[in-house]
Amino acid sequence: MINATLKTLSQQLAAHAISSEELAGLYLERIAALNPALNAFITVEREQTLAEARAADATRAAGNAGPLTGVPLAHKDIFCQQGWKTSCGSRMLDNFISPYDAHVVERCRAAGLVTLGRTNMDEFAMGSSTENSWYGPTRNPWDSAAIPGGSSGGSAAAVAARLAPVATATDTGGSIRQPASHCGVTGLKPTYGAVSRYGMVAFASSLDQGGMMAQSAEDCALMLNVMAGFDSRDSTSVERAPEDYSRDLAAPLAGLRIGLPREYFADGLSPDVARVIEAAIAELKRQGAQLVDISLPHTELSIPAYYVIAPAEASSNLSRYDGVRYGHRAAEYGDLVDMYEKTRAEGFGTEVKRRIMVGAYVLSHGYYDAYYLKAQKIRRLIANDFVAAFRSCDVILGPVAPTAAFNIGEKCDDPVEMYLSDIYTLSVNLAGLPGMSVPAGFATNGRPIGLQLIGNYFAESRMLNVAHQFQLATDWHRQSPAL
Amino acid sequence: MSLTHQDVARIAKLARIAVTDHEIEAVGQQLNTIFGLIEKMQAVDTTDVEPMAHPQDDALRLRADVVTEPDRRDAFLAVAPQVEGGLFLVPQVIE
Repeated sequence: MINATLKTLSQQLAAHAISSEELAGLYLERIAALNPALNAFITVEREQTLAEARAADATRAAGNAGPLTGVPLAHKDIFCQQGWKTSCGSRMLDNFISPYDAHVVERCRAAGLVTLGRTNMDEFAMGSSTENSWYGPTRNPWDSAAIPGGSSGGSAAAVAARLAPVATATDTGGSIRQPASHCGVTGLKPTYGAVSRYGMVAFASSLDQGGMMAQSAEDCALMLNVMAGFDSRDSTSVERAPEDYSRDLAAPLAGLRIGLPREYFADGLSPDVARVIEAAIAELKRQGAQLVDISLPHTELSIPAYYVIAPAEASSNLSRYDGVRYGHRAAEYGDLVDMYEKTRAEGFGTEVKRRIMVGAYVLSHGYYDAYYLKAQKIRRLIANDFVAAFRSCDVILGPVAPTAAFNIGEKCDDPVEMYLSDIYTLSVNLAGLPGMSVPAGFATNGRPIGLQLIGNYFAESRMLNVAHQFQLATDWHRQSPAL
Repeated sequence: MSLTHQDVARIAKLARIAVTDHEIEAVGQQLNTIFGLIEKMQAVDTTDVEPMAHPQDDALRLRADVVTEPDRRDAFLAVAPQVEGGLFLVPQVIE
Protein backbone atom coordinates (compact mmCIF):
# COMPACT_ATOMS: atom_id res chain seq x y z
CA MET A 1 0.00 0.00 0.00
CA ILE A 2 2.88 2.32 0.83
CA ASN A 3 4.13 2.19 -2.78
CA ALA A 4 0.68 2.75 -4.26
CA THR A 5 0.13 5.59 -6.70
CA LEU A 6 -2.72 8.08 -6.32
CA LYS A 7 -4.69 6.17 -8.92
CA THR A 8 -4.40 2.93 -6.95
CA LEU A 9 -5.19 4.62 -3.64
CA SER A 10 -8.21 6.23 -5.23
CA GLN A 11 -9.43 2.84 -6.47
CA GLN A 12 -8.80 1.13 -3.11
CA LEU A 13 -10.72 3.83 -1.26
CA ALA A 14 -13.58 3.71 -3.75
CA ALA A 15 -13.76 -0.08 -3.40
CA HIS A 16 -13.81 0.27 0.43
CA ALA A 17 -10.73 -1.97 0.56
CA ILE A 18 -9.32 0.56 3.04
CA SER A 19 -10.76 3.59 4.80
CA SER A 20 -9.16 6.99 4.68
CA GLU A 21 -8.61 6.82 8.44
CA GLU A 22 -6.76 3.50 8.13
CA LEU A 23 -4.70 4.84 5.25
CA ALA A 24 -3.76 8.01 7.12
CA GLY A 25 -2.86 5.87 10.15
CA LEU A 26 -0.56 3.76 8.00
CA TYR A 27 1.33 6.81 6.77
CA LEU A 28 1.43 8.42 10.23
CA GLU A 29 3.05 5.25 11.62
CA ARG A 30 5.63 5.31 8.87
CA ILE A 31 6.31 9.02 9.52
CA ALA A 32 6.70 8.34 13.25
CA ALA A 33 9.20 5.57 12.49
CA LEU A 34 11.27 7.21 9.76
CA ASN A 35 10.99 10.97 10.15
CA PRO A 36 13.32 11.29 13.17
CA ALA A 37 16.21 10.24 10.90
CA LEU A 38 15.05 11.99 7.70
CA ASN A 39 13.63 15.24 9.14
CA ALA A 40 11.34 15.57 6.12
CA PHE A 41 8.48 16.96 8.20
CA ILE A 42 8.51 20.07 10.37
CA THR A 43 5.02 19.52 11.78
CA VAL A 44 2.87 16.42 12.21
CA GLU A 45 -0.49 16.74 13.98
CA ARG A 46 -1.80 13.22 14.32
CA GLU A 47 -5.25 14.15 15.65
CA GLN A 48 -5.87 16.82 13.03
CA THR A 49 -4.88 14.36 10.30
CA LEU A 50 -7.16 11.63 11.62
CA ALA A 51 -10.03 14.11 11.97
CA GLU A 52 -9.58 15.13 8.32
CA ALA A 53 -9.48 11.44 7.35
CA ARG A 54 -12.70 10.67 9.24
CA ALA A 55 -14.36 13.63 7.52
CA ALA A 56 -13.25 12.21 4.17
CA ASP A 57 -14.71 8.82 5.11
CA ALA A 58 -17.97 10.54 6.04
CA THR A 59 -18.01 12.35 2.69
CA ARG A 60 -17.59 9.00 0.96
CA ALA A 61 -20.29 7.36 3.07
CA ALA A 62 -22.64 10.17 2.06
CA GLY A 63 -21.92 9.42 -1.58
CA ASN A 64 -20.11 12.68 -2.26
CA ALA A 65 -16.56 11.41 -2.83
CA GLY A 66 -14.44 12.74 -5.65
CA PRO A 67 -11.52 10.85 -7.23
CA LEU A 68 -9.02 11.91 -4.53
CA THR A 69 -11.29 12.04 -1.48
CA GLY A 70 -9.48 10.47 1.46
CA VAL A 71 -6.07 10.35 -0.25
CA PRO A 72 -3.32 11.64 2.06
CA LEU A 73 -0.82 14.34 1.09
CA ALA A 74 1.90 16.47 2.63
CA HIS A 75 2.09 20.25 2.26
CA LYS A 76 5.31 22.18 1.92
CA ASP A 77 5.50 24.45 4.96
CA ILE A 78 5.16 27.49 2.68
CA PHE A 79 1.41 27.15 2.01
CA CYS A 80 -0.69 28.84 4.70
CA GLN A 81 -3.03 26.33 6.27
CA GLN A 82 -5.58 27.37 8.85
CA GLY A 83 -4.88 25.86 12.27
CA TRP A 84 -1.42 24.57 11.26
CA LYS A 85 1.93 26.10 12.01
CA THR A 86 3.17 27.65 8.75
CA SER A 87 6.86 28.33 9.44
CA CYS A 88 8.38 28.51 5.95
CA GLY A 89 11.44 26.91 7.56
CA SER A 90 12.14 30.10 9.49
CA ARG A 91 12.52 31.06 13.12
CA MET A 92 10.66 34.21 12.06
CA LEU A 93 7.44 32.20 11.66
CA ASP A 94 8.12 29.49 14.25
CA ASN A 95 5.15 30.74 16.31
CA PHE A 96 2.84 31.43 13.34
CA ILE A 97 -0.38 29.42 13.26
CA SER A 98 -2.00 30.47 10.02
CA PRO A 99 -5.44 32.05 10.39
CA TYR A 100 -6.34 31.23 6.77
CA ASP A 101 -5.84 28.75 3.91
CA ALA A 102 -3.79 29.27 0.77
CA HIS A 103 -5.71 28.75 -2.48
CA VAL A 104 -3.81 25.50 -3.04
CA VAL A 105 -4.78 24.27 0.44
CA GLU A 106 -8.43 25.25 -0.16
CA ARG A 107 -8.38 23.28 -3.40
CA CYS A 108 -6.85 20.23 -1.72
CA ARG A 109 -9.40 20.41 1.10
CA ALA A 110 -12.24 20.72 -1.39
CA ALA A 111 -10.94 17.63 -3.21
CA GLY A 112 -11.03 15.73 0.11
CA LEU A 113 -7.25 15.25 0.37
CA VAL A 114 -6.05 14.57 3.93
CA THR A 115 -3.08 16.51 5.35
CA LEU A 116 -0.35 14.27 6.78
CA GLY A 117 1.85 17.14 7.85
CA ARG A 118 4.04 20.04 6.77
CA THR A 119 7.34 19.42 5.05
CA ASN A 120 10.78 20.88 5.70
CA MET A 121 12.34 23.41 3.36
CA ASP A 122 15.11 25.96 3.00
CA GLU A 123 14.12 29.06 4.93
CA PHE A 124 11.69 31.12 2.82
CA ALA A 125 12.55 28.74 -0.06
CA MET A 126 16.03 30.22 -0.40
CA GLY A 127 18.44 27.40 -1.03
CA SER A 128 19.18 24.30 -3.07
CA SER A 129 19.80 21.78 -0.30
CA THR A 130 17.26 22.18 2.56
CA GLU A 131 20.24 22.89 4.80
CA ASN A 132 19.01 26.46 5.40
CA SER A 133 16.08 25.40 7.58
CA TRP A 134 15.63 26.62 11.15
CA TYR A 135 14.56 23.03 11.86
CA GLY A 136 17.78 21.42 10.64
CA PRO A 137 18.58 19.73 7.33
CA THR A 138 16.47 17.04 5.69
CA ARG A 139 18.39 13.92 4.71
CA ASN A 140 18.16 12.19 1.36
CA PRO A 141 16.31 8.87 1.82
CA TRP A 142 18.66 7.23 -0.71
CA ASP A 143 21.79 8.20 1.20
CA SER A 144 21.75 9.93 4.57
CA ALA A 145 25.04 11.71 3.80
CA ALA A 146 23.43 13.45 0.81
CA ILE A 147 21.28 16.55 0.63
CA PRO A 148 17.74 15.97 -0.69
CA GLY A 149 18.00 19.09 -2.85
CA GLY A 150 16.02 22.22 -2.15
CA SER A 151 14.19 24.23 -1.39
CA SER A 152 11.36 21.64 -1.39
CA GLY A 153 13.68 18.97 0.05
CA GLY A 154 11.20 17.85 2.70
CA SER A 155 8.48 17.21 0.12
CA ALA A 156 10.89 15.30 -2.14
CA ALA A 157 12.25 13.19 0.72
CA ALA A 158 8.72 12.49 2.01
CA VAL A 159 7.54 11.17 -1.36
CA ALA A 160 10.76 9.22 -1.99
CA ALA A 161 10.62 7.60 1.46
CA ARG A 162 6.92 6.84 0.94
CA LEU A 163 5.95 8.99 3.92
CA ALA A 164 3.34 10.55 1.62
CA PRO A 165 2.04 9.54 -1.80
CA VAL A 166 2.14 13.15 -3.01
CA ALA A 167 3.34 16.50 -1.69
CA THR A 168 2.85 20.10 -2.66
CA ALA A 169 5.96 22.15 -3.39
CA THR A 170 7.06 25.45 -4.89
CA ASP A 171 9.64 26.39 -7.50
CA THR A 172 11.25 29.83 -7.78
CA GLY A 173 14.53 28.77 -9.40
CA GLY A 174 14.35 24.98 -9.44
CA SER A 175 12.98 24.19 -5.98
CA ILE A 176 10.63 21.48 -7.26
CA ARG A 177 12.69 20.02 -10.11
CA GLN A 178 16.09 19.81 -8.40
CA PRO A 179 14.95 18.03 -5.18
CA ALA A 180 12.70 15.75 -7.28
CA SER A 181 15.78 14.84 -9.33
CA HIS A 182 17.96 14.27 -6.26
CA CYS A 183 15.33 12.11 -4.53
CA GLY A 184 14.15 10.11 -7.55
CA VAL A 185 10.56 11.36 -7.62
CA THR A 186 8.48 13.05 -10.33
CA GLY A 187 8.04 16.81 -9.87
CA LEU A 188 6.18 19.42 -11.86
CA LYS A 189 6.44 23.20 -11.86
CA PRO A 190 3.51 24.63 -13.83
CA THR A 191 3.53 27.68 -16.10
CA TYR A 192 3.74 30.93 -14.13
CA GLY A 193 0.13 31.92 -13.38
CA ALA A 194 -1.40 28.44 -13.60
CA VAL A 195 -1.54 27.83 -9.84
CA SER A 196 -2.59 30.66 -7.52
CA ARG A 197 0.05 32.16 -5.24
CA TYR A 198 -2.61 33.29 -2.75
CA GLY A 199 -1.47 32.19 0.72
CA MET A 200 1.85 30.88 -0.58
CA VAL A 201 4.51 32.71 1.44
CA ALA A 202 6.15 35.05 -1.08
CA PHE A 203 9.85 34.87 -1.99
CA ALA A 204 10.22 36.33 -5.50
CA SER A 205 6.74 37.03 -6.81
CA SER A 206 7.51 37.16 -10.54
CA LEU A 207 9.17 33.71 -10.31
CA ASP A 208 7.32 31.77 -7.56
CA GLN A 209 5.03 28.99 -8.72
CA GLY A 210 3.31 26.20 -6.79
CA GLY A 211 3.42 22.62 -8.01
CA MET A 212 3.84 19.09 -6.71
CA MET A 213 5.89 15.93 -6.40
CA ALA A 214 4.56 12.41 -6.71
CA GLN A 215 5.62 8.94 -7.81
CA SER A 216 4.61 9.37 -11.44
CA ALA A 217 3.65 11.82 -14.16
CA GLU A 218 0.13 10.41 -14.08
CA ASP A 219 -0.16 11.33 -10.39
CA CYS A 220 1.22 14.82 -11.09
CA ALA A 221 -1.51 15.27 -13.71
CA LEU A 222 -4.20 14.26 -11.19
CA MET A 223 -2.82 16.72 -8.64
CA LEU A 224 -2.50 19.52 -11.18
CA ASN A 225 -6.19 19.02 -11.97
CA VAL A 226 -6.84 19.81 -8.29
CA MET A 227 -4.36 22.68 -7.87
CA ALA A 228 -4.54 24.70 -11.10
CA GLY A 229 -7.20 27.23 -11.92
CA PHE A 230 -8.10 30.88 -11.76
CA ASP A 231 -8.12 32.72 -8.43
CA SER A 232 -9.04 36.40 -8.33
CA ARG A 233 -6.96 36.90 -5.16
CA ASP A 234 -3.71 36.39 -7.07
CA SER A 235 -3.23 39.30 -9.46
CA THR A 236 -1.15 37.13 -11.83
CA SER A 237 -3.46 34.12 -11.83
CA VAL A 238 -4.33 33.43 -15.44
CA GLU A 239 -7.96 33.21 -16.52
CA ARG A 240 -8.17 30.11 -18.67
CA ALA A 241 -10.80 27.44 -19.19
CA PRO A 242 -10.23 24.48 -16.83
CA GLU A 243 -8.45 21.61 -18.50
CA ASP A 244 -7.87 17.93 -17.81
CA TYR A 245 -4.09 17.63 -17.56
CA SER A 246 -4.26 13.85 -17.97
CA ARG A 247 -6.00 14.05 -21.35
CA ASP A 248 -2.86 13.54 -23.47
CA LEU A 249 -1.07 10.99 -21.28
CA ALA A 250 -1.77 8.06 -23.60
CA ALA A 251 -0.74 9.74 -26.87
CA PRO A 252 2.17 8.00 -28.65
CA LEU A 253 5.36 10.02 -29.09
CA ALA A 254 5.88 9.29 -32.80
CA GLY A 255 6.70 12.55 -34.54
CA LEU A 256 7.25 14.48 -31.32
CA ARG A 257 10.10 16.99 -31.73
CA ILE A 258 12.38 17.07 -28.68
CA GLY A 259 14.76 20.01 -28.49
CA LEU A 260 18.20 19.34 -26.98
CA PRO A 261 19.83 22.62 -25.94
CA ARG A 262 23.54 22.52 -26.80
CA GLU A 263 24.34 24.63 -23.73
CA TYR A 264 22.85 21.99 -21.39
CA PHE A 265 25.27 19.32 -22.60
CA ALA A 266 28.46 21.38 -22.45
CA ASP A 267 31.26 21.57 -19.89
CA GLY A 268 30.24 21.17 -16.28
CA LEU A 269 27.84 18.25 -16.77
CA SER A 270 29.01 15.27 -14.73
CA PRO A 271 29.62 11.98 -16.61
CA ASP A 272 26.95 10.28 -14.45
CA VAL A 273 24.27 12.76 -15.45
CA ALA A 274 25.38 12.79 -19.10
CA ARG A 275 25.13 8.98 -19.26
CA VAL A 276 21.65 8.92 -17.70
CA ILE A 277 20.29 11.68 -19.95
CA GLU A 278 21.78 10.07 -23.09
CA ALA A 279 20.02 6.80 -22.21
CA ALA A 280 16.72 8.62 -21.70
CA ILE A 281 17.09 10.36 -25.06
CA ALA A 282 17.73 6.97 -26.70
CA GLU A 283 14.52 5.59 -25.16
CA LEU A 284 12.42 8.51 -26.41
CA LYS A 285 14.01 8.20 -29.85
CA ARG A 286 13.11 4.49 -29.84
CA GLN A 287 9.49 5.55 -29.26
CA GLY A 288 9.58 7.63 -32.43
CA ALA A 289 10.51 11.06 -31.10
CA GLN A 290 12.61 13.23 -33.34
CA LEU A 291 15.65 14.97 -31.86
CA VAL A 292 16.26 18.61 -32.69
CA ASP A 293 19.48 20.49 -31.98
CA ILE A 294 18.58 23.82 -30.38
CA SER A 295 20.46 26.64 -28.71
CA LEU A 296 19.63 28.67 -25.61
CA PRO A 297 22.64 31.00 -25.90
CA HIS A 298 21.98 33.10 -22.79
CA THR A 299 21.76 30.14 -20.39
CA GLU A 300 24.88 31.07 -18.44
CA LEU A 301 23.54 34.57 -17.80
CA SER A 302 20.51 33.14 -16.03
CA ILE A 303 22.63 32.80 -12.86
CA PRO A 304 23.62 36.47 -12.45
CA ALA A 305 20.20 37.70 -13.68
CA TYR A 306 18.36 35.42 -11.27
CA TYR A 307 20.59 36.32 -8.34
CA VAL A 308 19.70 39.98 -8.90
CA ILE A 309 15.98 39.63 -9.60
CA ALA A 310 15.14 37.05 -6.92
CA PRO A 311 16.94 38.89 -4.07
CA ALA A 312 15.47 42.21 -5.21
CA GLU A 313 11.94 40.83 -5.04
CA ALA A 314 12.76 39.02 -1.80
CA SER A 315 14.04 42.17 -0.11
CA SER A 316 10.73 43.81 -0.92
CA ASN A 317 8.52 40.83 0.00
CA LEU A 318 10.34 40.05 3.25
CA SER A 319 10.05 43.63 4.50
CA ARG A 320 6.72 42.48 5.95
CA TYR A 321 8.56 40.60 8.73
CA ASP A 322 8.94 43.49 11.11
CA GLY A 323 7.79 42.01 14.41
CA VAL A 324 4.55 44.00 14.37
CA ARG A 325 1.67 41.96 12.95
CA TYR A 326 2.81 38.33 13.21
CA GLY A 327 5.84 36.16 13.72
CA HIS A 328 8.92 36.69 15.84
CA ARG A 329 9.64 39.88 17.78
CA ALA A 330 12.94 40.42 19.59
CA ALA A 331 12.62 40.23 23.37
CA GLU A 332 14.58 43.41 24.03
CA TYR A 333 14.75 46.57 21.96
CA GLY A 334 14.85 50.33 22.17
CA ASP A 335 13.03 52.39 19.55
CA LEU A 336 11.01 51.19 16.55
CA VAL A 337 13.96 50.88 14.15
CA ASP A 338 15.94 49.00 16.79
CA MET A 339 13.00 46.63 17.16
CA TYR A 340 12.93 45.99 13.39
CA GLU A 341 16.67 45.45 13.18
CA LYS A 342 16.93 43.10 16.16
CA THR A 343 13.78 41.19 15.23
CA ARG A 344 15.07 40.59 11.70
CA ALA A 345 18.63 39.79 12.83
CA GLU A 346 17.25 37.10 15.17
CA GLY A 347 14.40 35.83 13.01
CA PHE A 348 16.22 35.34 9.70
CA GLY A 349 19.00 32.86 8.96
CA THR A 350 22.29 33.66 7.21
CA GLU A 351 21.25 32.95 3.60
CA VAL A 352 18.00 34.89 3.90
CA LYS A 353 19.81 37.91 5.36
CA ARG A 354 22.38 37.69 2.59
CA ARG A 355 19.73 37.74 -0.13
CA ILE A 356 17.76 40.55 1.49
CA MET A 357 20.94 42.62 1.63
CA VAL A 358 21.84 41.87 -2.00
CA GLY A 359 18.30 42.88 -2.95
CA ALA A 360 18.33 46.05 -0.89
CA TYR A 361 21.60 47.04 -2.54
CA VAL A 362 20.64 46.38 -6.17
CA LEU A 363 17.43 48.36 -5.68
CA SER A 364 19.11 51.26 -3.89
CA HIS A 365 19.53 54.72 -5.32
CA GLY A 366 22.20 54.89 -8.01
CA TYR A 367 22.44 51.13 -8.60
CA TYR A 368 18.99 50.29 -9.96
CA ASP A 369 19.89 50.65 -13.66
CA ALA A 370 23.22 48.86 -13.40
CA TYR A 371 21.76 45.81 -11.65
CA TYR A 372 17.99 45.43 -11.54
CA LEU A 373 17.20 46.95 -14.93
CA LYS A 374 20.16 45.17 -16.53
CA ALA A 375 18.96 41.85 -15.09
CA GLN A 376 15.46 42.46 -16.46
CA LYS A 377 16.91 43.04 -19.93
CA ILE A 378 18.86 39.81 -19.72
CA ARG A 379 15.66 38.12 -18.54
CA ARG A 380 14.08 39.21 -21.83
CA LEU A 381 16.98 37.73 -23.82
CA ILE A 382 16.58 34.43 -21.94
CA ALA A 383 12.81 34.32 -22.56
CA ASN A 384 13.40 35.14 -26.25
CA ASP A 385 15.81 32.19 -26.50
CA PHE A 386 12.95 29.88 -25.52
CA VAL A 387 10.48 31.53 -27.89
CA ALA A 388 12.93 30.94 -30.75
CA ALA A 389 13.66 27.35 -29.63
CA PHE A 390 9.98 26.37 -29.47
CA ARG A 391 9.61 27.27 -33.16
CA SER A 392 11.50 24.07 -33.99
CA CYS A 393 10.52 21.72 -31.16
CA ASP A 394 7.53 20.70 -29.00
CA VAL A 395 9.33 20.04 -25.74
CA ILE A 396 12.86 20.65 -24.49
CA LEU A 397 14.88 17.98 -22.71
CA GLY A 398 18.04 18.22 -20.64
CA PRO A 399 19.53 17.61 -17.21
CA VAL A 400 18.00 19.11 -14.06
CA ALA A 401 21.29 19.61 -12.24
CA PRO A 402 24.95 19.17 -13.23
CA THR A 403 25.50 16.39 -10.69
CA ALA A 404 23.58 13.96 -8.48
CA ALA A 405 22.98 15.13 -4.90
CA PHE A 406 26.08 16.50 -3.18
CA ASN A 407 26.95 15.84 0.46
CA ILE A 408 25.41 17.66 3.39
CA GLY A 409 27.80 20.44 4.36
CA GLU A 410 29.71 20.30 1.06
CA LYS A 411 28.65 23.70 -0.29
CA CYS A 412 27.55 25.47 2.88
CA ASP A 413 30.48 27.85 3.15
CA ASP A 414 30.36 29.18 -0.39
CA PRO A 415 26.99 30.59 -1.47
CA VAL A 416 28.18 31.15 -5.05
CA GLU A 417 29.21 27.50 -5.42
CA MET A 418 25.64 26.57 -4.41
CA TYR A 419 24.12 29.11 -6.85
CA LEU A 420 26.10 27.67 -9.78
CA SER A 421 24.37 24.30 -9.38
CA ASP A 422 21.09 25.96 -10.42
CA ILE A 423 22.31 26.55 -13.99
CA TYR A 424 19.73 24.35 -15.82
CA THR A 425 16.66 25.34 -13.83
CA LEU A 426 16.77 29.13 -13.32
CA SER A 427 16.03 30.18 -16.88
CA VAL A 428 12.71 28.28 -16.87
CA ASN A 429 11.49 30.47 -13.98
CA LEU A 430 12.83 33.64 -15.57
CA ALA A 431 10.86 32.82 -18.73
CA GLY A 432 7.81 31.58 -16.75
CA LEU A 433 7.66 28.20 -18.52
CA PRO A 434 6.50 24.84 -17.11
CA GLY A 435 9.13 22.25 -16.24
CA MET A 436 9.38 18.74 -14.85
CA SER A 437 11.89 16.39 -13.35
CA VAL A 438 11.42 12.71 -14.20
CA PRO A 439 13.47 9.90 -12.60
CA ALA A 440 15.87 8.57 -15.24
CA GLY A 441 18.61 6.60 -13.50
CA PHE A 442 21.28 6.59 -10.84
CA ALA A 443 24.80 7.87 -10.37
CA THR A 444 27.54 5.29 -9.76
CA ASN A 445 27.27 6.13 -6.05
CA GLY A 446 23.59 5.12 -6.07
CA ARG A 447 22.06 8.60 -5.90
CA PRO A 448 19.08 9.28 -8.20
CA ILE A 449 19.23 11.45 -11.31
CA GLY A 450 16.26 13.08 -13.01
CA LEU A 451 15.83 14.39 -16.52
CA GLN A 452 14.28 17.78 -17.08
CA LEU A 453 11.44 18.45 -19.50
CA ILE A 454 10.56 22.03 -20.37
CA GLY A 455 7.25 22.75 -22.06
CA ASN A 456 5.92 25.75 -23.90
CA TYR A 457 3.60 28.12 -22.03
CA PHE A 458 0.55 26.20 -20.72
CA ALA A 459 1.68 23.03 -22.50
CA GLU A 460 1.72 20.99 -19.27
CA SER A 461 -0.35 18.20 -20.78
CA ARG A 462 2.18 17.71 -23.59
CA MET A 463 5.04 17.59 -21.10
CA LEU A 464 3.12 15.13 -18.92
CA ASN A 465 2.46 13.02 -22.01
CA VAL A 466 6.20 12.70 -22.70
CA ALA A 467 6.95 11.91 -19.05
CA HIS A 468 4.18 9.30 -18.87
CA GLN A 469 5.26 7.54 -22.07
CA PHE A 470 8.82 7.47 -20.74
CA GLN A 471 7.55 5.98 -17.46
CA LEU A 472 5.53 3.31 -19.28
CA ALA A 473 8.80 2.07 -20.80
CA THR A 474 11.07 2.49 -17.76
CA ASP A 475 10.86 1.69 -14.06
CA TRP A 476 13.16 4.34 -12.56
CA HIS A 477 10.15 6.08 -11.02
CA ARG A 478 9.03 2.87 -9.31
CA GLN A 479 12.30 2.35 -7.44
CA SER A 480 12.36 3.31 -3.82
CA PRO A 481 15.13 3.53 -1.24
CA ALA A 482 15.70 0.74 1.29
CA LEU A 483 14.68 2.22 4.65
CA MET B 1 33.68 46.25 -7.25
CA SER B 2 34.51 45.72 -3.60
CA LEU B 3 32.24 46.69 -0.72
CA THR B 4 33.82 48.45 2.23
CA HIS B 5 32.69 47.95 5.83
CA GLN B 6 30.91 51.26 5.49
CA ASP B 7 28.98 49.99 2.45
CA VAL B 8 27.99 46.81 4.29
CA ALA B 9 26.77 48.83 7.26
CA ARG B 10 24.71 51.02 4.92
CA ILE B 11 23.18 47.97 3.17
CA ALA B 12 22.35 46.37 6.52
CA LYS B 13 20.68 49.61 7.57
CA LEU B 14 18.62 49.69 4.35
CA ALA B 15 17.60 46.08 4.96
CA ARG B 16 16.78 46.78 8.64
CA ILE B 17 18.97 43.92 9.78
CA ALA B 18 21.30 44.43 12.73
CA VAL B 19 24.85 43.36 11.81
CA THR B 20 27.41 43.30 14.62
CA ASP B 21 30.97 44.59 14.18
CA HIS B 22 32.40 41.09 14.30
CA GLU B 23 29.94 39.84 11.61
CA ILE B 24 30.63 42.67 9.21
CA GLU B 25 33.87 41.24 7.79
CA ALA B 26 32.33 37.88 6.86
CA VAL B 27 29.11 39.43 5.51
CA GLY B 28 31.15 41.83 3.37
CA GLN B 29 33.27 39.01 1.95
CA GLN B 30 30.24 36.93 0.96
CA LEU B 31 28.44 39.90 -0.57
CA ASN B 32 31.58 40.66 -2.57
CA THR B 33 31.69 37.08 -3.91
CA ILE B 34 28.03 37.35 -4.92
CA PHE B 35 28.55 40.69 -6.61
CA GLY B 36 31.54 39.18 -8.41
CA LEU B 37 29.12 36.68 -9.93
CA ILE B 38 26.52 39.33 -10.72
CA GLU B 39 29.09 41.55 -12.48
CA LYS B 40 29.15 39.03 -15.36
CA MET B 41 25.96 40.69 -16.62
CA GLN B 42 27.84 43.85 -17.50
CA ALA B 43 29.70 42.12 -20.36
CA VAL B 44 26.46 41.70 -22.33
CA ASP B 45 25.22 44.36 -24.70
CA THR B 46 21.56 44.98 -23.87
CA THR B 47 21.08 48.13 -25.95
CA ASP B 48 17.49 48.31 -27.23
CA VAL B 49 16.41 45.27 -25.20
CA GLU B 50 13.04 45.81 -23.54
CA PRO B 51 13.31 44.95 -19.82
CA MET B 52 11.11 42.01 -18.74
CA ALA B 53 9.61 42.55 -15.30
CA HIS B 54 7.34 39.59 -15.47
CA PRO B 55 6.45 36.46 -17.50
CA GLN B 56 3.07 38.00 -18.31
CA ASP B 57 3.29 41.04 -20.51
CA ASP B 58 -0.42 41.89 -20.20
CA ALA B 59 -1.54 44.69 -17.93
CA LEU B 60 -2.69 43.58 -14.51
CA ARG B 61 -6.34 42.72 -14.15
CA LEU B 62 -8.62 45.28 -12.47
CA ARG B 63 -11.55 44.54 -10.20
CA ALA B 64 -14.52 46.48 -8.90
CA ASP B 65 -13.70 48.65 -5.88
CA VAL B 66 -15.86 46.74 -3.43
CA VAL B 67 -15.14 44.90 -0.19
CA THR B 68 -14.49 41.23 -0.86
CA GLU B 69 -12.87 40.09 2.39
CA PRO B 70 -14.82 39.25 5.54
CA ASP B 71 -13.94 40.99 8.82
CA ARG B 72 -11.55 38.65 10.64
CA ARG B 73 -9.94 41.21 12.88
CA ASP B 74 -9.76 38.97 15.96
CA ALA B 75 -8.15 36.10 14.06
CA PHE B 76 -5.48 38.39 12.63
CA LEU B 77 -4.80 40.17 15.90
CA ALA B 78 -4.43 36.80 17.64
CA VAL B 79 -1.15 36.09 15.80
CA ALA B 80 0.45 39.48 16.60
CA PRO B 81 3.28 39.78 19.15
CA GLN B 82 1.63 42.61 21.11
CA VAL B 83 -1.88 44.08 20.81
CA GLU B 84 -4.10 46.31 22.89
CA GLY B 85 -7.64 47.52 22.34
CA GLY B 86 -7.73 46.07 18.83
CA LEU B 87 -4.44 47.72 17.81
CA PHE B 88 -0.92 46.46 17.07
CA LEU B 89 1.50 47.84 19.66
CA VAL B 90 4.93 49.19 18.69
CA PRO B 91 7.46 51.36 20.54
CA GLN B 92 6.43 55.00 20.68
CA VAL B 93 7.27 56.79 17.40
CA ILE B 94 5.71 60.23 18.01
CA GLU B 95 6.80 62.27 21.02
